[in-house]
Amino acid sequence: MTAIHEPPLETPAGTLLRLATAGSVDDGKSTLVGRLLHDTKQVFADQLDAVERVSRERGLDGADLALLTDGLRAEREQGITIDVAYRYFATPKRRFILADTPGHVQYTRNMVTGASTAQLAVVLVDARHGVVEQTRRHAAVAALLKVPHVVLAVNKMDLVDYRESVFAPIADEFAAYTRALGVPDVTAIPISALAGDNVVDPSNHMDWYAGPTLLEHLENVDVDHDPQFCAARLPVQYVLRPQSPEFRDYRGYAGQVTAGAFRPGDEVLVLPSGRRTTIAGIDRLGEQDVDLAYAPQSVTIRLADDVDVSRGDVIVAADRAPEVTQDVVATVCHIADRPLRAGDRVLLRHGTSTVKAIVRSLDSTLNLETLRRDPNPEALRANDIGQVTLRTAAPLPLDDYADHRRTGSFLLIDDADGTTLTAGMVGVPLGSED
Amino acid sequence: MTVVDTVSPLRLSHLDALESEAAHIFREAAAEFERPVLLFSGGKDSIVMLHVAMKAFWPAKVPFGLLHVDTGHNFPEVLEYRDRTVAEHGLRLEVAKVQDYIDDGRLRERADGTRNPLQTVPLLDAINAHRFDAVFGGGRRDEEKARAKERVFSLRDEFGQWDPRRQRPELWSLYNGRHRPGEHVRVFPLSNWTELDVWQYIEQEKIELPEIYFAHEREVFKRNGMWLTPGEWGGPKDGETIETRSVRYRTVGDMSCTGAVDSTAATLQDIITEIAASTLTERGATRADDKMSEAAMEDRKREGYF
Repeated sequence: MTAIHEPPLETPAGTLLRLATAGSVDDGKSTLVGRLLHDTKQVFADQLDAVERVSRERGLDGADLALLTDGLRAEREQGITIDVAYRYFATPKRRFILADTPGHVQYTRNMVTGASTAQLAVVLVDARHGVVEQTRRHAAVAALLKVPHVVLAVNKMDLVDYRESVFAPIADEFAAYTRALGVPDVTAIPISALAGDNVVDPSNHMDWYAGPTLLEHLENVDVDHDPQFCAARLPVQYVLRPQSPEFRDYRGYAGQVTAGAFRPGDEVLVLPSGRRTTIAGIDRLGEQDVDLAYAPQSVTIRLADDVDVSRGDVIVAADRAPEVTQDVVATVCHIADRPLRAGDRVLLRHGTSTVKAIVRSLDSTLNLETLRRDPNPEALRANDIGQVTLRTAAPLPLDDYADHRRTGSFLLIDDADGTTLTAGMVGVPLGSED
Repeated sequence: MTVVDTVSPLRLSHLDALESEAAHIFREAAAEFERPVLLFSGGKDSIVMLHVAMKAFWPAKVPFGLLHVDTGHNFPEVLEYRDRTVAEHGLRLEVAKVQDYIDDGRLRERADGTRNPLQTVPLLDAINAHRFDAVFGGGRRDEEKARAKERVFSLRDEFGQWDPRRQRPELWSLYNGRHRPGEHVRVFPLSNWTELDVWQYIEQEKIELPEIYFAHEREVFKRNGMWLTPGEWGGPKDGETIETRSVRYRTVGDMSCTGAVDSTAATLQDIITEIAASTLTERGATRADDKMSEAAMEDRKREGYF
């Protein structure tokens, strides 16, 4: 193999695409990720040397590209992937951040983590086995986390003679399933990660397939949502008061626009208090008085009235405000090894505010394969998905997760040692009562 | 010919998106911790960190100081840059010196003369002495395999150690910085940047760098396939000969383990072109400390290294 690092000289005025991959070692996921890195020329000679050396040591014929994504020694020794790893690659069109997540059942929490920031999820299946329980689980996690674009990569096409008659029914079954889950955009691509078919370069073996390669799809998928049509949100992170001679009366609310867009003169509410005011000015990282701030820019907002605003407050578009409430109904993924039970007192982290909360009830658990909900579980354990009811000590401006991923999500944290217990999404997006 | 006027949706360039993400991380840490500090070596990653931090808190001052672990083998051009930067922006700087530890016997010089591994103890002592609870580092996940799973908020125990199994999943952009007394959190605002992003950002923002990043004539000698600068730290030894070459540095660390690369790149654009065509990773090309073993970084991280 001779491919070495050779990324575009004209690198991007392009945008960033965050994607997550789900699938198990058996599906060839590490090989796929290795192939993406290798064929986009992100792999350097010293990395390839190391991979070739280790491959030889292990008695393999060629370089095992899966080794490119090997992480910790603990994992190498056990031949497993225990965590989310982040990979980076670029083409002249886009920069990619890939969250590489292991796909075993017990690692649902890792998939949830990887999918939480992803705009696109790649679900991998083995062409010989088609859609299996694990595939349904992966699709359900993507749907639950509201990943807007899902790609089904039907891998190991080389082992089924590149036959369309194998690919088509798998693609159809998956499309029907994800449609039922409410995934807005689904694309199926026949590939061989091992042989390199349709990953970066088009396959010579599948004339019947006229669609894009995986990389072409990643480069061209339209992930732009126009912030001008979304309800604007900015959780206040930090109050900037320089008190310098030049900025004596400056008082700015620093934060990242999590959705929508703000302009000077816009009428806004400060939540949870509900005070109404207008935006006097917007500064963007040292650039004074810009006329627009949109997601995901980090900016500083100045308000017209001398209202009391501090970290934890959320500045929102006045005409499209979220509900302010102390009662939270949410779907959660339990993360920690210690279980979550009704009556537990925890901290709830939402946006930039942290409040005390109590778990009122555990209402159901969701089976990700059947999408059935089982009522009244005794506890939620690591990797369980469930519906819970919480009561918070202070009112919070909560968006529905289906509309706002950033301000519709929260964490439950153990007050005693700071462990992240549970990841929560406001609302109940999936599943039916038994 | 018809000109169609379409209103394009608002979109950020990848550099602006990365910058906004880093500013968000700085603001989170500054708000959640009592005593943050920024590790500043005068290397490009720490320079970019400081640049983003100053923008994140503008027009206020950066609400934390800088900490430099001085190996005693630093490049003079870099120390000069560090001191000038501190003076220019009115920043606070603490320096923890490896030399002090060697002088009073708390640390012993290694046989190979490299002091990079010796930085861990002075770093942890400085963190304890100043009760720093958040330490901003310029680590990037693209640098090395063990870093690919690093968190943005990385929990360290009271011995500064990193336990992969105690790291918290990071969902959405909700960073959990809670820690027990004596523990601290390493915060990596540039987690999602690549080497090329850093250079492109330096160019976009017109950030000044120490001149050793640009091609210059320098006396060097070859060791372990790298061009090293001669000096009291321990080189050249017998059989190693000094020659003058046009070189530049891709990373800036301790003189004893940071190699120069042959280069004629005199401008940022030259460097970006050179990096884009490079066949070696930045650490593979220039860092002897990572060549020690396949798990070298994983081991050092566990012990409390940056």
